[in-house]
Order: sequence, then structure tokens, then C-alpha cells
Amino acid sequence: MNRRDRLSGNEAVAFAMKQINPDVMAAFPITPSTEIPQYFASYVANGEVDTEFVTVESEHSSMSACIGAEAAGARAITATSSAGLALMYEVLYVAASSRLPITLACVNRALSGPININNDHSDSMGARDSGWIQIYSETNQEAYDNFLQAMPIGEDPSVRLPVMVCQDGFITSHAVENIELLDDASVRALVGEYRPENYLLNPETPLAVGPYDISAYYMEHKKQQAEAMKNAKARILKVASEFEKLTGRKYGLFEAYRMEDAELALLLIGSSAGTAKAAVDRLRAAGVRAGLVKLRVFRPFPGEELAETLKNVRALGIMDKSEGFSSCGGPLFAEARGALYNLEKRPLAVNYVYGLGGRDVRVEDFVNIFGELSSIAASGKPGEVYRHIGQRD
Amino acid sequence: MIPKASEINERSSWKEMTQGGEIAGGGTARLVETGQWRSRRPVHLTDKCRQCLLCVPCCPDSSIPVQNGRRSDFDLMHCKGCGICAKVCPFGAIQMCGEVEE
Repeated sequence: MNRRDRLSGNEAVAFAMKQINPDVMAAFPITPSTEIPQYFASYVANGEVDTEFVTVESEHSSMSACIGAEAAGARAITATSSAGLALMYEVLYVAASSRLPITLACVNRALSGPININNDHSDSMGARDSGWIQIYSETNQEAYDNFLQAMPIGEDPSVRLPVMVCQDGFITSHAVENIELLDDASVRALVGEYRPENYLLNPETPLAVGPYDISAYYMEHKKQQAEAMKNAKARILKVASEFEKLTGRKYGLFEAYRMEDAELALLLIGSSAGTAKAAVDRLRAAGVRAGLVKLRVFRPFPGEELAETLKNVRALGIMDKSEGFSSCGGPLFAEARGALYNLEKRPLAVNYVYGLGGRDVRVEDFVNIFGELSSIAASGKPGEVYRHIGQRD
Repeated sequence: MIPKASEINERSSWKEMTQGGEIAGGGTARLVETGQWRSRRPVHLTDKCRQCLLCVPCCPDSSIPVQNGRRSDFDLMHCKGCGICAKVCPFGAIQMCGEVEE
């Protein structure tokens, strides 16, 4: 039986981990993800899971331990935030290129500097080209649901890629919300056992993992990785459809909210979607054809699907909760605007960098943005495309 | 089934290769020539050799093949020319000489 509870985002993810009962967890504490390994350590201490819990001396080591465990044939998980993820960067690439489907709970926090512990997406956006699948969550429920779907996605033979399940630090990770939890048997049926075709501890097939790759082979292996990331799209949708049968909760590559006839739209990632939906509802009540697209999957990037959903929009605000310092827009803007480029008729698009280091974003902020989008649609001129909001001018 | 290392070469397409460059099967180093950067090579002087086999365990690259209790000539595909075998030979039966004729 599914049951209703009240959990924070961190509690929800730790509970998902307990229900999955993975073989290995290697983690190092860092705010705001610390509670995840902390709760999980108590499950280990209480004998509620069979997991080998590896206390490591750094995040470089936690990811390296996960790589070793996963290559050996075990199911390995970790959790981190911000500088912890940054310390993993080198080995994130090793995990992905060695095609090891590790699952990482990323609790998004600003990267230094100046040092800051609050939420934005600069940590995981920095890892966007590491070859990991990235799934973002708006709520505690989504953080839980996405974590349960991660392994069936990443471990599938057509994919074999590690998965990063992201939620917004403090906003989602520490706020307690109502949540519906699956029973353990349903989780086990969904997630199953990890049965890789080849692994180091298999005596039938001796195997070397992560060898030096000379230039005569490297390009082929990168092509394989690129194809696997493309394959992930279909797998993500298949797992979402199985998940919907189990829970009634529907997931896709993104959520299109009131987009059917939208002329003005926002595209964003994460917890701000709830606030933006309130703004959309307020504007719709006033007769404005406003809509919202909340991106769930950033890697693989659903470029064609987004273009299809956004093709009839007149003005689009693309919201980046991380700076790219490109001087012409953040990472979501760059990719989403690029995805629209080959449309015959495409929306005018502008970028809003917002919410950095935990800066609040309110319904009024989104209403103002829709006001600006309305002017852009009316004038047909985008004006300055690289905009920042929420700072004192 | 995962393809064996011997089934993959520089003409294989990305579809035929193992994921992530995994190498399947044991002892695959035998297939790979690693002796190319040797600058000095050992020469086995069979008339001086007493077949004591002291050189065999001292070779860091297992480049001295042994069959039926007797060593044969060096495996120059894997020998790095380190010269340890020449040092340990009690009978002067291994001589190091230049890879290119001096």
C-alpha cells in the first residue's frame, strides 16, 4: 500500500535510497545534501539496509569508490552539493565514459565564490557536459519519484549512463511537504536488481575497465556515449510511463503548463516552477495567454520536443538559475534558443538570470517578466537578451 | 556477448566496439606490442647459458619464455630492454647491446 507522509526533500531521497537498498553508498557530507547520507547511515546502523556504507575523505573519493563498486558489478549511489560536485568533476567523466550507471542525488547549491550555501544551479550546470543524465525536480515528491526512476533509466543496456537527480537546496531539500510514498514491494518491482552483462567480479569473463584509449579508438567510444545519451530519451519516457501506471503521477522530458494556446511563455528548471505557475494562473485569469515549460530532463536535452511545444509562442523568457559568464546568456538559454533556431517561425527569446545564491523569486517577479515578454511580442524586438533580475540596481 | 579484444582493431566501427573501451578476456596484454620504445636489447648467448632460469623471475615483463624447464630466446615484443636479466645472470650469458647496431 502506498502511504502519505510529510517529508523534506532530503528525507524523501534518503527514504527512496532505503527502499532501493543499493549495494554501496560512498558519500562525504556537504551542505545542503548532508542529511541524505546522514539519514542513510542510520538505516545502515539500524540494519534496515544491506548496503556497504563507505565513509570517504572527499567527494573525489566518494565518486571514485562508486566507480570501483559499480565496475565490480554493484549498484552504487552517492549524494553531494556544490563544491562537493565540483571536486568530483574529473571522476564524473570517468563514470560516464566507463558507462557505469551510478546514481547521484545532487542537492543544488551555488558554487563559490563568494562562498554561499544557498540554492542555484551553478554546481550541476557545471557538470552538464560530463556525460551524466540530469533530471531536475520541482518538489519533494518529484525528488523522490525521480530518484526511483533513475536506476531503471541509467542501467538499461541501451543507455548505461550515470544519472544525477537534482533538487533545489533548502527550498526543496529542507522544506517539509506532503508526499506519497510507494510501498517497498512496488519500489523493488520498479527498480529491480542490477544485473550488468559484464562486470569485474564475474569469473566467467575477465574484464578490464577504464583502459587507456588511444586516438585510434577514442572517437568511437565518444560516439557510443553520444548515442547512449540519445537512447536515454526513449528510456526516460518508457520508465515514466511504467511509473505512471504504478502511481498515477505523470512525467515527461518536461512539463508544459497551460501551453496549448500560449503566446507568452517561460522556460525554467526546478522549484521556481510552482511560483511561476501561480503567475501564469493570475495572468490567465486576466485573459493573458501565458504558459510555462518546466524542464525536467536537461541531459539528454529535449531540443526537438521543446521546439515543437514552443513553436507558436511569440515571446519566450528563458530562466537561468546559474551564470555562465558567457556575456550573452546562461546555459539553458544557449541550448534552448539553439533548439529553436531551425524553426521556420520561432519565438523571440530573452534570457533572465535569476535566483543566484538563494536570491528569492516571487510571483510578482514572474508577472513583471510576462509584462516584458508582452512588450517584446508587441514590438517584435527582443531588446537586450541577457537580463538579470532580483539584484538591487 | 561482449567482443573479445582480439576481435577489435583499428578498422572496427563504433558499433562493433565494447562500451567504454572495456577489454574482455584475460591476458590481452600479449596482443599488444609494448617493446617498441626499447633502446637496448638483451642477447641470449646459448653457449654460455646453463639454463639455471634465474633470469626468468627477475624479468619485470615476463619476456623470457620457458617451456619444458628450458628458456628460449627473448620475447622482444614485450621486452623493454631494462637489462636486469643481464645483471642477474651468473654466467654472463646475457649481453646487452644497442637496439640499433653501434
